[in-house]
Amino acid sequence: MLAVNSRIVELQGVGVRFGTVDVLKNVSLDICRGEIVGVTGANGSGKTTLLRVLATLIRPHSGQGQILGKPIGSGETAAVRGRIGLLGHTAALYPELTLAENLRFASRMTGVDEARADLVLAAVGLQGASDRRLDQCSNGMQRRADIARLLVSMPELLLLDEPHAGLDRAAADLVEAAAREVAGRNGAVVIVSHDTHLMQPLVDRMWRIDEGELHQTNGAMGESDKRTPQKGAT
Amino acid sequence: MNRFWLQAAEVARKDLLIEGRAGEVLHITIPFGAVALLLLPLAVGTDLTLLENIGAGLYWVIVLLFGMLVAFRQTADEGPAQRDMLAMMMVDPVARFAGKAGATAALLALFEAALLPVVVVLYDPVPVGGWGWVVVAGLLVAVGMAMIGTLAASVTAGLRTRNTLAPLLVAPLSLPLLVGATQVYNSLLGGDSPFVFLTLLVAVDLGLAIVGVLTAPIMEET
Repeated sequence: MLAVNSRIVELQGVGVRFGTVDVLKNVSLDICRGEIVGVTGANGSGKTTLLRVLATLIRPHSGQGQILGKPIGSGETAAVRGRIGLLGHTAALYPELTLAENLRFASRMTGVDEARADLVLAAVGLQGASDRRLDQCSNGMQRRADIARLLVSMPELLLLDEPHAGLDRAAADLVEAAAREVAGRNGAVVIVSHDTHLMQPLVDRMWRIDEGELHQTNGAMGESDKRTPQKGAT
Repeated sequence: MNRFWLQAAEVARKDLLIEGRAGEVLHITIPFGAVALLLLPLAVGTDLTLLENIGAGLYWVIVLLFGMLVAFRQTADEGPAQRDMLAMMMVDPVARFAGKAGATAALLALFEAALLPVVVVLYDPVPVGGWGWVVVAGLLVAVGMAMIGTLAASVTAGLRTRNTLAPLLVAPLSLPLLVGATQVYNSLLGGDSPFVFLTLLVAVDLGLAIVGVLTAPIMEET
């Protein structure tokens, strides 16, 4: 069994530079298992870049740390991608395929039983639309289907980029349930959003990112805080 | 079947399914290629000897030029979000390359087969013995073009100039395929062995496969 308080992510002095622009500057962040962390900030402040560093899709040019036990900035980090779920701005699915085909594709690619695809589709309330093509679904339905894709592989580290965007209350509840479910089974969740109010009830700790610099803020104390008495704040 | 081939087969299956729904090769590229073959006799007049002589060469030129469209279409279904998804699912980049190139090769072979009767009717190219070798050359060209298209698509992925840059990469790389394919026909026409040029096509395909396998992981990380 995994240790409740072990750190799933540790970043120390991480910097990311695109060309001559420093997008992340000296970022230090620890995330423990069982924790839901929020990161807020203005457009262009570096929120999405931070999420992509955590997803191992961007290699930092400076700093050190580990993600799911693998050192960042090394080739080894990519080996943990299968344990990370990333919800981006747009649905990472194929418009010409039906919802069921998309999820079965994801399950076959990850070696998960195809029956789970149908299960998670039902869990996000889309079982009635499983034969509908993605490009014939509303934005909200596409977002739900994308959440279902994440749940197919049961990630340990869930990264959500503006997860409430374009969602009605019921769908937003689904996102929150998914986040709590991952944290509840000893994983961790990072939610990035410019909307502090939507995140606040859900997260244990809140960080603010300003022009690439990360600062912990006061205020966020969600229910999951009670599950994780020790936090790994730096 | 091991995980690599399962992933490659799944990528190919997905690409063919998407093409089956979109129907761009069947409903747009094949008719477009046939129209291109029709235009030349209208331009050069009804010199039957000339048409017989240039028919085979023109067929390969059309296959290569329009084959680019097929190859690019096959890669257009993947935006940054889909590429991220495949990376996060730890799909082997080489399996992705193999799957995408495989699906594109199948579509290019279909494209070649569909245009063959058109060129026979319009140009009546001089028949040669050993048509089987021409078919083999066609398959090797389809595989080569598919790999060039897949490579060019991954090099230009995410670039704003992708639509103009990709053909600039593909056209020169396709030249050995054009030379090989036309010379297989010419060798048969002259009663010579086509093996030298078939070997050229095989060598080009092998070279492209090696480049694809070696560069696929690098392309994913950049």
